[in-house]
Amino acid sequence: MKNSFLRTVRRNASNIGTYILLAVLGIVWILPILYLIYTAFRVTPSTGIINALIPDDLRLGFGNFKRLFADTIFGKWLVNTLIVSVSSCAVSTLFILAVSYALSRLKFRTRKPIMNVLLVLGMFPGFMSMIAVYFILKAMNLTNSRLALVLVYSGSAALSYYICKGFFDTIAKAMEEAAILDGASQPIVFWKIILPLAKPIIVYTVLTSFISPWCDFIFVNTIISDRELYTVSLGLYKMINAEKNSFNDNFTVFCAGAFVVGGIIVTLFMSMQRYYVEGVTSGAVKG
Amino acid sequence: MSDKVRKKREGKNLFHKLSSALKNGSYATRLSFFFMGCGQIARGQVVKGGLYLLFQTAFSLFMIFFGGRYIAHLFSGDLGRKLSGEIWNEELQIFEKVQGDNSFLILLYGVVSLLLIGVFLVVWAMNVRGSYENDKRLRRGERVLTIKDDWRILLNERFYLPLLFLPFVGLLVFTVMPLVFMVLIAFTNYDYAHMPPGKLFDWVGFSNFKTLFSFSGGTTGFAFVFLRVLIWTFVWAFFATFTNYFLGLLIALLINKKGIKLKALWRTLFVIAIAVPQFVTLLLMQKILDGDGILNKILGTNILWLADQRYLSLLPRLMIILVNIWIGVPYTLLMCSGILMNIPTDYYEAARIDGASPAKMFIHVTLPYMLQVTTPYLITQFVGNINNFNVIWLLTGGGPVDNLHYGGGSQAQSTDLLVTWLYRLTVDQNPKYNVASVIGIVIFVISAVLSLITYNRTSAVKGEDTFQ
Repeated sequence: MKNSFLRTVRRNASNIGTYILLAVLGIVWILPILYLIYTAFRVTPSTGIINALIPDDLRLGFGNFKRLFADTIFGKWLVNTLIVSVSSCAVSTLFILAVSYALSRLKFRTRKPIMNVLLVLGMFPGFMSMIAVYFILKAMNLTNSRLALVLVYSGSAALSYYICKGFFDTIAKAMEEAAILDGASQPIVFWKIILPLAKPIIVYTVLTSFISPWCDFIFVNTIISDRELYTVSLGLYKMINAEKNSFNDNFTVFCAGAFVVGGIIVTLFMSMQRYYVEGVTSGAVKG
Repeated sequence: MSDKVRKKREGKNLFHKLSSALKNGSYATRLSFFFMGCGQIARGQVVKGGLYLLFQTAFSLFMIFFGGRYIAHLFSGDLGRKLSGEIWNEELQIFEKVQGDNSFLILLYGVVSLLLIGVFLVVWAMNVRGSYENDKRLRRGERVLTIKDDWRILLNERFYLPLLFLPFVGLLVFTVMPLVFMVLIAFTNYDYAHMPPGKLFDWVGFSNFKTLFSFSGGTTGFAFVFLRVLIWTFVWAFFATFTNYFLGLLIALLINKKGIKLKALWRTLFVIAIAVPQFVTLLLMQKILDGDGILNKILGTNILWLADQRYLSLLPRLMIILVNIWIGVPYTLLMCSGILMNIPTDYYEAARIDGASPAKMFIHVTLPYMLQVTTPYLITQFVGNINNFNVIWLLTGGGPVDNLHYGGGSQAQSTDLLVTWLYRLTVDQNPKYNVASVIGIVIFVISAVLSLITYNRTSAVKGEDTFQ
């Protein structure tokens, strides 16, 4: 009796310790994000950046968002990013699905060699080829265009087939064999049988390929020099990094912009979270 | 080993097939060695043969009027001699602009032509084999395939062809071509002193490799700088990978602990950090840690968190790893908590009966299981961190500059990884594309070795069919 009481006390004490630890860590992880959100909504004083733990002026407002859309061309960047990400997402999803289906479900002689070649190609750092990509695009007269970005983002999509193929590998063969016996052709099997079963991995692929243009700024920086054609990431980056002394003036506006971009991506994630986790765990970790 | 043997046999097979087509094939087949499509047209496959013939014509025209010149440049060992400039025209009494060579374009078009030759050879072999196939069919008394048959085969036995075609064209143009090009650049003297069209560059053999790997320059030479960057790259990748892994595992264990309530809430608290785009959090951190940033304001200090040069820039290095923990731990947390739930409870049950303490259980049950399952993940993460451009570039930009590193015109700074160094060498006002390419090749070798180890150890690859 006494023993079990002691054990409960000890467990409770250790649980309280765990709660405290988790709370502290949680605060560390959430604080920068709260700082970002707060800075986005605060009323900008003349000094720009927060210069005290508790600022003098605690009022909140949408002033930074108004400045974001009125003083900068953030709206244009947003539209650019949306156009680029939707188109490159469509193309790369199709590419990835096609390649992983072919390499997973179809058996042909050059399958293994192709997989090895893709593996080796994926090991080169992307930055290495960036300058060459720029000149290739220039030779095609495509630099400074959104089409160039779409081509660059989706052109090498085939390299990221691996997780998707891992998912296709787990789908049982029996169903498609039955369909083929019934006289279905391969496109029908692909479209009508495999794809409906692959919903989690499709959502995962769509999500990751949709988001990558929102986060990349290196390729945009190389390919696009026209401010009007920037995507949000490069625009925001330049907003606080182009001229060193403008950091103070633009920081609140940057936070407002980051809040908009973050909001879009968080919303996407939250609505698709179930599929995303399912896709990652089923395709990537197979022990 | 067996793989190699098989590959060899396949290579022989193709050669064997072609030579037997030359020996035993009909006249039409033999003719199709020189004029593509003849074999097909002679057997009534007019459309197919016509396409082959058209392809050959287009290719020949391209080579004669455009590509041939550049191929010749590639193999004659020079990348252009004639500079652009202005030449005095006696008749018109004016300076005329003369379009000179451009080494860059010569090399680029040379690579394009080379790849096109490769494509041509593949199509050519297809053409001969198709024609020989027709001969054999006729000899067996079967009829030649019609367009309809070909179409049906394309959608069934050879469905992989239409599936792979477009993705591979994309790959060829946006990955293979640039890569071949940049690898070739490593053997030229393409830098700020040889920038086309004003100046030309040329082949220099292995001299870039020598610059990067020989210690003749002393402590300011390239090799010394390269070694420092390489060591820091590995130190960084090691700490970035393992701090993330163990902290993520620890937090996952805390959340998964028996008796802890609101598990979903705790998990969400950390996972929110994933949803914010990385470049946003990194830029935010950069500004928080700035000399004028909020951290200094709160602490009332004046510390240059990301730019302190003392002790080999120790502080910036530490901060980078700390920020990386903030960014990376949520991912490992997500993954680890998934795997932790899969550990068979029998193991713990047995350990408990043996009277093991929680710490012992962690060391003898949880950790071995986790390490075994996640070794491939760890190696991939390690390679990813070697190439982790964003964290370094957005936080410190590779800086701060300290004199030890900035030697020999190497332009490397103290927190530079190989990738950020490579990037700086290509975007700097005095770019050194040749050295950047050599660094790229080094990165490739490192990632390739590590990835091959993973690839061979992953049971997922070996037993890919076991699930079906």
